[in-house]
Amino acid sequence: MGKKSTPGLNTSAMSDISFLLLAFFLMTSSINTDMGIARRLPPPLPPDFTPPEVRERNIFQVKINRNDRILFNKEVGDISLLKERAKEFLGNPQNLPDLPEKLDMDIEYIGVYPVSKGVISLQNDRGTSYDMYFRVQNELTAAINEMRDELSREKFQRPYKDLDEARRNAIDKAIPVAISEAEPSNKGGK
Amino acid sequence: MARFKQKNDKGTPGLNMGSMSDIIFMLLFFFMVITTMRESELFVKIAPPKGSEVTKLEKKSLVSYINIGVPQDAYTSKYGTEPRIQLNDQIAEVEDIRHFVEAEKNARTEEDSKLLTFAIKADGKVKMGMISDIKQELRSSSALKIFYNATKDAKK
Repeated sequence: MGKKSTPGLNTSAMSDISFLLLAFFLMTSSINTDMGIARRLPPPLPPDFTPPEVRERNIFQVKINRNDRILFNKEVGDISLLKERAKEFLGNPQNLPDLPEKLDMDIEYIGVYPVSKGVISLQNDRGTSYDMYFRVQNELTAAINEMRDELSREKFQRPYKDLDEARRNAIDKAIPVAISEAEPSNKGGK
Repeated sequence: MARFKQKNDKGTPGLNMGSMSDIIFMLLFFFMVITTMRESELFVKIAPPKGSEVTKLEKKSLVSYINIGVPQDAYTSKYGTEPRIQLNDQIAEVEDIRHFVEAEKNARTEEDSKLLTFAIKADGKVKMGMISDIKQELRSSSALKIFYNATKDAKK
């Protein structure tokens, strides 16, 4: 028997088919990376729950009214100042008596660290715009992120975003997201 | 001399197309992997707020979206001009969120449903009253992981 070479397959149509598929996926794909701020809601309260007493020095009140004006520390303020004030409150670097207390906690990788007992209480009105609310959340997040970054540089000589997960958790424990949201007021009506 | 005479037909040699399909396939697989099918059509207009501290939303399969905004121009006759909530592909009321949470949880395995995040994708002009109601609803149906959708602010 003579050697018969197999006839070559005509593959030119294959590229057409794969082009077609490619075009389909090109059209339907959307590389939308969703960005935003993640939060955890507090679990539903049992009916007989009484809120714990919190000393006044441990609370930093932020209120947004229906005209999107902000009140923090009992005075009307501008949003550009909010981040610094929140950092000042949560950090309390000079251990001032009118700023939050600290509780020494033993944290892995960091050691004993004075964790602030301060809570930022955020209250908005039903008439507040989502935009303003988000900007306030953004500023408060920025304050916490900056503090975490500073602590990370101090303890691990690296920015927070370059840490591994265990160390990141340690930092998160040292500087928790202490934002509490009160029930919205209803001064402006719906 | 004639023996080494070069072929002198002017036609350009045919290009070998064999590897082209390989390249196309490579591209195809790339797009197949990164693709997420376009979500259901949005009935509401959403211009999310801007922020500098935004992070990426991980694990798309564990995210459910709650869209809030004013209905698109084409739907104003049907849904009015007040902000509405859109869950999946239909306009819903605040009370429907409970069922939505339940349905979304049931659609996933038990471990996954604990990690389920609800992304609030709201227009910046929506009033907080509505969003607070939604948050309360989510809270009472113990869907506690939420996410405020926003766009990255390029200023900083």
